[in-house]
Amino acid sequence: MPEWNKPLPTISGETKPYWDHCRRGELLIQKCDSCEEYQFYPRGICANCWSNDIQWVTASGKGTVWTFTVTYQNGTPGFAEEVPYVLALVELEEGVRMFTNIVDCDPRSVSIGMPVEVTFVRATDQISVPYFKPAA
Amino acid sequence: MVDLKHAAAIVGIHEHVTRYAPDKSELQIQGESVIKALADAGLTKQDVDGLLTASSSARNTALNLADYLNMYPRFVDNTTVGGGSFEFHLSHALNAIVAGRLNCAVITYSSLARSSSVSVGTGGVARFGHPRLEPSPDSFEELYGLTTVGLYAMIAQRHMHLYGTTSEQLAEIAVATRYHASMNPEALFRNPITVEDVVNSRVISSPLHLPDCCVITDGGGAVVVASAEVARNCRHQPVWVLGAGEAVAHQGAGKRDLMYIAAHQSHEPAFGMAGVTHQDIDMAMIYDSFTITVLETLEDLGFCKKGEGGDFVSGGRLRIGGELPINTDGGGLSSNHPGMRGIFLLLEATRQLRHEFDRTPRQVADCNIALCHGTGGALGSRHSGGTVILGRD
Repeated sequence: MPEWNKPLPTISGETKPYWDHCRRGELLIQKCDSCEEYQFYPRGICANCWSNDIQWVTASGKGTVWTFTVTYQNGTPGFAEEVPYVLALVELEEGVRMFTNIVDCDPRSVSIGMPVEVTFVRATDQISVPYFKPAA
Repeated sequence: MVDLKHAAAIVGIHEHVTRYAPDKSELQIQGESVIKALADAGLTKQDVDGLLTASSSARNTALNLADYLNMYPRFVDNTTVGGGSFEFHLSHALNAIVAGRLNCAVITYSSLARSSSVSVGTGGVARFGHPRLEPSPDSFEELYGLTTVGLYAMIAQRHMHLYGTTSEQLAEIAVATRYHASMNPEALFRNPITVEDVVNSRVISSPLHLPDCCVITDGGGAVVVASAEVARNCRHQPVWVLGAGEAVAHQGAGKRDLMYIAAHQSHEPAFGMAGVTHQDIDMAMIYDSFTITVLETLEDLGFCKKGEGGDFVSGGRLRIGGELPINTDGGGLSSNHPGMRGIFLLLEATRQLRHEFDRTPRQVADCNIALCHGTGGALGSRHSGGTVILGRD
């Protein structure tokens, strides 16, 4: 596979389980045992009630496009070659939204509300990046 | 009891006219601006006891600026929350004046965004100048190719989806702003444009076209804010800080409705403190990083209902002579946008409130109360909003 020339995530203690599971093809999100709220991006406290009763749960990996843009200009290496690409916010079934790219389709076919599912691309031996594609 | 509405005033201003200054440093532009703003006020270096600044460069701090200017301020504020930082500064200066900790401060800014070829809107990660991603939130965002324009375009896309807003309506904002720029000899772009010109131009990040995006220039400026006592002896009649409010908005752990921006939170404190209503606002300076920024801001400031911004900005309402003239200097869309633009909102509102353009088409008639709203950061991820309401006697 070609060398990865996009930015890579920096992994910290509080985000390591997320990236470990991405490598295995699983999308993790967090849920608070105290207030039962889901949250994204992952962090070491509950953003809602500030407890530290955070549990990792496996998300279904299914969601819908909440909003998106087809990017025609980005000077950053790795993206400059990929325009036009779709930058999107996907709302997961669990109710939290995450940034992603919509892949494996014509950028012009993407619409708000479109059902999508997670797919992983191996960037390095340590890191796989979750993307979303039109739901089967 | 302190009369908050007549406690602090803008007494001096200067806008550095440069739009391209490869031979200057940012500190030099700020120094030149501070000196001229003080001269405008009829004050001297010895009168200044406060320094407020923000920068997109981590090295250009209040500390370095105080060193360059050889100042020993007793009130220092380096609040840096994006392009609208300067509305926060004015609010904080008011607080310090009321608390008796400050008599006279300069708020200043400069940037060489253009001559240093910073791709402010489309540079992706490189726009921060540090490609290493922080563990969060960057590592969950920047690996997807975020651009500044993209983060605003996503909000425009959903606004269109929910409310039927059109590219033509967004273009109305760019067209009105360019009309105002045509009257500003310092504006970068002065040739009038049409709605058709905008919607037929290149798409940068759908649905935003090139003229939906602000220009990139060098530039800078300074504002002198002073107590009522100092203001009484200045050259110009004071432009009072009648009210101020500040807020931040972010993703809210992945659940906040991003269609409401920080202006939704910051406007009520500002209007409440000023004791004025929307009908009292004679003109507004609305941070215009992109056309969608203006539309969302007008809605969330309460000038129209959520979703009605498309209609509100149409039909010439935003032009001088219309119901709510905005960005009468040509704004960031046409005049200048050196990385951050919040200080220029204060400068143009002050010029209008001084009736500096009397007997010319650029003057807003009977201009007594103006509103400035600065937005910094990105609507699609996280941003700040500072509202200030200014008025003349």
